[in-house]
Amino acid sequence: MNNVNDTLIPTVGVITDVRIDTPDIKTFRVVTTDGKKAFDHRPGQCAMLSIPGVGEAMFSITSSPTNTEYMEFSIKKCGCVTEWLHQAEVGQQITIRGPYGKPFPVDDVFAGKNLLFIAGGVGLAPLRSVINYCRHYRDRYGDIDIVYGSRSKADLLDYQEIIDEWSNDAGVRVHLTIDNAQPDWDGHVGFVPNYVKELGFDTNKTAVLCGPPIMIKFTLEGLVALGFDKTQVYTTLELRMKCGVGKCGRCNVGAKYVCKDGPVFRCDELEELPSEY
Amino acid sequence: MLKCSLDKLQALFAKIAENAKLYLPIDNSDGTASYGEWSEGTAWSNALNTTKSPKDFFFPQTEDLMKFKTEGKNIEVIDVRRECEDFVIFGVRACDVKSFDILDRVFLTEPRDSYYAMKRAHGIIVSVACQKPAETCFCGTFGIDATEPAGDVTAWKSEDALYLRANTEKGSALLDKLADLLEEGSDEAVTAQKEKTKKILDKLPLKELTTDAFGGGKTKELFDDPAWDALSATCLGCGTCTFVCPTCQCYDIKDFNTGNGVVRYRCWDSCMYSEFTRMAHGNNRLTQKERFRQRFMHKLVYFPENNDGMFSCVGCGRCLAKCPISMNIVKVMKKIGGNKGE
Repeated sequence: MNNVNDTLIPTVGVITDVRIDTPDIKTFRVVTTDGKKAFDHRPGQCAMLSIPGVGEAMFSITSSPTNTEYMEFSIKKCGCVTEWLHQAEVGQQITIRGPYGKPFPVDDVFAGKNLLFIAGGVGLAPLRSVINYCRHYRDRYGDIDIVYGSRSKADLLDYQEIIDEWSNDAGVRVHLTIDNAQPDWDGHVGFVPNYVKELGFDTNKTAVLCGPPIMIKFTLEGLVALGFDKTQVYTTLELRMKCGVGKCGRCNVGAKYVCKDGPVFRCDELEELPSEY
Repeated sequence: MLKCSLDKLQALFAKIAENAKLYLPIDNSDGTASYGEWSEGTAWSNALNTTKSPKDFFFPQTEDLMKFKTEGKNIEVIDVRRECEDFVIFGVRACDVKSFDILDRVFLTEPRDSYYAMKRAHGIIVSVACQKPAETCFCGTFGIDATEPAGDVTAWKSEDALYLRANTEKGSALLDKLADLLEEGSDEAVTAQKEKTKKILDKLPLKELTTDAFGGGKTKELFDDPAWDALSATCLGCGTCTFVCPTCQCYDIKDFNTGNGVVRYRCWDSCMYSEFTRMAHGNNRLTQKERFRQRFMHKLVYFPENNDGMFSCVGCGRCLAKCPISMNIVKVMKKIGGNKGE
């Protein structure tokens, strides 16, 4: 029996780096005990991380699949597991299992398209994986626009990477915004949905949205007002999960399980679901 | 068709128990019945069915998944799975046998749940046809024939004998081992028995209940039905329906610190509980109405949509008998989808 794999049984991972991103978000680098990447994944997929005795929770893998050395998870402190992780030090072992969920359709639907990524707050975490994947295979995609907003400059996730790398790529335009003006900020001030409307994007793009539910709602409305069709817009859902493989019943919405049929959904697919997400 | 005289029943049980643990419905002192392990002299209950369904055998109410040893920053994962031995569940009713097919759809779909799969592989099911279906029975609504239960072996009980027919290789192997106690029986006795039961089935009050209004693709039509408000208004959210239900399979995974390591276990959970969907950032089903609706929409719409039309209810009637406020799937099926009245 012990030689039969079961997805519920995790492998041990080691935290090899902890980066303080914002006052409440840290990015953890994880490898297996023999120093390898725990498993391959696709952009948008998730993994279950746990600390025995504390609990297990699902997190999006924020590093790109093109990174074959390790995985990264950008985690906001907001519950039992995340609070525990935030006090963890380099060298701490955790458990990891996955990958779970349906990825972004980067190799078919997105291929050859202009891409518009829109994120709010920690919503950049799942998008960083797909953004860096598309940057890695830059010639497969058209222009890339990234709109990212957070409460303040200090709350912008991956700020250094955005400034040093993303902003310098050919054909990649980054549009940052923060909710309120502050002395050391000369960029845009205002909420993401309004900024998207101000920027007034051409509809010849595929859009990917991730952030708080309220941001997604208003941004989607804004995109539709700009002429986007909901079939052009992708987003991710997040519900409570235990198994990760559509059996424990927790993330069931309509006939879908967010853990295995999502977390990536096209916005017109969401319209088919009851509004329970 | 084979038969075993009823006065040899204890000998039959003893013979089965020589090779495998034998479980069967046993009377409790309060008039109910539960599955228990047979030992010499244990009588087989005459009750129509057990209070709790036999899903425990494959999907236990609680079950250890793994253990962890932690030392400083280090973690060791300990696989606690052990090969289980063959066991026989005797006396399973048609509805409950069907529930195993429904559970299989969940646990044996890739990625297979090894905990369930192992027990399922070692369990041998001896079903028994119903003789006196109750007023709460409606297995027929889901296409189940109470007189022809599935399983590895099907049994029919008459006044003086138990008739047995193997349906699978596992079932044939079991009956082969019991050959000394069995003799050839006539099909006529079974046919007569079935006819008697069918007469009762024909008169059951829920005989006309249909699934016509339900099935995959009906989400939009049924989700916002105004009847959900009144149906769910008195629901206590106690979860009794989900615990006695043979097809409810939602589970929780939790860690328990034993003081000498951590046990990660799985236990039954209920979509009727507010905690079920509660997250750090909120809860997507805040009201009991939403939770109540989820349970029935799942059984009658979402599950069939994902499983070739198979409903996640077998009409066993346990929830009808046990709900403290007398709300149940039958009332839901009568009201939702067209206010057909009751």
